[in-house]
Amino acid sequence: MAEETFEPKIVGFLCNWCSYRAADLAGTARIKYPPNVRIIRVMCSGRVDPAFVLKALSLGADGVMIAGCHPGECHYIEQNYKAMRRYHMLKHTLRALGLEEDRIRLVWASAAEGQQLAEHIEEFVDDVRKLGPLHWPSNFQENGERWHAVEALAQEHAESLEVL
Amino acid sequence: MIAQNKGKLAVYWAASCGGCEIAILAIDEKILDVSKHFDIVFWPCATDGKVRDVEKMADGSIDVCLFNGGIRTSEQEYMARLLRRKSKVLVAFGSCASEGCIPGLANLSNRKEIFHTVYHETPSTENPKGVEPQHVTDVPEGKLYLPVFYDTLFTLDQVVDVDYYLPGCPPEAERIWDAITAILENKLPPKGAVIGANTTVCDECPRKRTEKKIRKFYRTWEIIPDEETCLLEQGLVCAGVATRAGCGAKCPKVNSPCIGCYGVNDGVVDFGARLMSALASVIDSDAPEEIDRIIREGIPDPAGTFYRFSLAHSLLRRKKKVPDEE
Repeated sequence: MAEETFEPKIVGFLCNWCSYRAADLAGTARIKYPPNVRIIRVMCSGRVDPAFVLKALSLGADGVMIAGCHPGECHYIEQNYKAMRRYHMLKHTLRALGLEEDRIRLVWASAAEGQQLAEHIEEFVDDVRKLGPLHWPSNFQENGERWHAVEALAQEHAESLEVL
Repeated sequence: MIAQNKGKLAVYWAASCGGCEIAILAIDEKILDVSKHFDIVFWPCATDGKVRDVEKMADGSIDVCLFNGGIRTSEQEYMARLLRRKSKVLVAFGSCASEGCIPGLANLSNRKEIFHTVYHETPSTENPKGVEPQHVTDVPEGKLYLPVFYDTLFTLDQVVDVDYYLPGCPPEAERIWDAITAILENKLPPKGAVIGANTTVCDECPRKRTEKKIRKFYRTWEIIPDEETCLLEQGLVCAGVATRAGCGAKCPKVNSPCIGCYGVNDGVVDFGARLMSALASVIDSDAPEEIDRIIREGIPDPAGTFYRFSLAHSLLRRKKKVPDEE
């Protein structure tokens, strides 16, 4: 079998005012970065509910990136600080659930930092690639024993009903 | 003559502590009203009934089934499927059936680890031969079967279709009575709804609230909180901000923080995410290192704090499995 490089699926939440524009800038400036990040534009990094990150992971993302304006430069004054606090809280919890720290990352990139954003993405994709696939849904799938046992029980009960 | 229009009621328990069964009896003398309107056709905890009796019933012949407990074994899954088939209305009764509750915290572990603790490590266990329950055991007469113990605890709605949810660990007697009344008067909300309030515990809490700014989270044994101020403002991890109302803020009223047994409000997918978000927002610091320290020191057990009652029903459902555990 040919050995294929694992290409991680990454969801990126980029804020409208800085990081998304940085991504735009990277595009117009033809700066190359890996295509692994599926970018979702949000109005502010502070809009990123921890549930968004958890949902992305639970549906099969290998990593999640949150990008916002630099501290002190938030379009909504200080919501990126809230993003930072939530990020630390989330990371703390994910660690307890057995997730590697490098699967989520918070970065700052201003509208002028297309190059920096591209570098952040490159680095993050590399780190997640090293960790390998996450494939969270397989975590709560039981093996075939489950279905077999339930079916066997149903059959046994059905047979014993016929006796009477 | 009396039984003319009587409905049929079933109550069943799976992976639960039994508190929900007692909670049903906490409606006191109203239980007589229940028996006036319902024939109890199956309730293993309180009446003598056999699974076979249920199997003989026609599909859909039970009007209401209150099902408490999560799904931990194949036998419980079989019963959940059976009662689903036989019941017109299936209610996930209590936190275990709705969200996994405390038994769901076993999702931080797996079958192997649980068996190891229970059958080998606990001080009261004497098991020199190292016997563990097996699904199949060969005996001279043939094969004996035990239910399969799952790696992951499932909530009722992860196994079968659920009509209504009644949250709480256990549900408060008044809310149970509200649900029974709704059933009797045929005033049930749309399918899939949670029967209960749709505000947070904070709305029922009499404590004074001002601005929340936390520089240190305390654990309950570290401070004696003053009786009038919001517990979260005093640095206690109170889950009231994320938790559905319905209990009357019983815990905060006796100076103890809410632990979130009533689960989330409508529209919220993940209790832990909601609580994390709320708690993180009140941290009064802008320095990453300090934020990290406040969180690590104040919340040593994040999974147990944010998902005490809802791990099995959260977005991630369980701790990540290590590959060789398959």
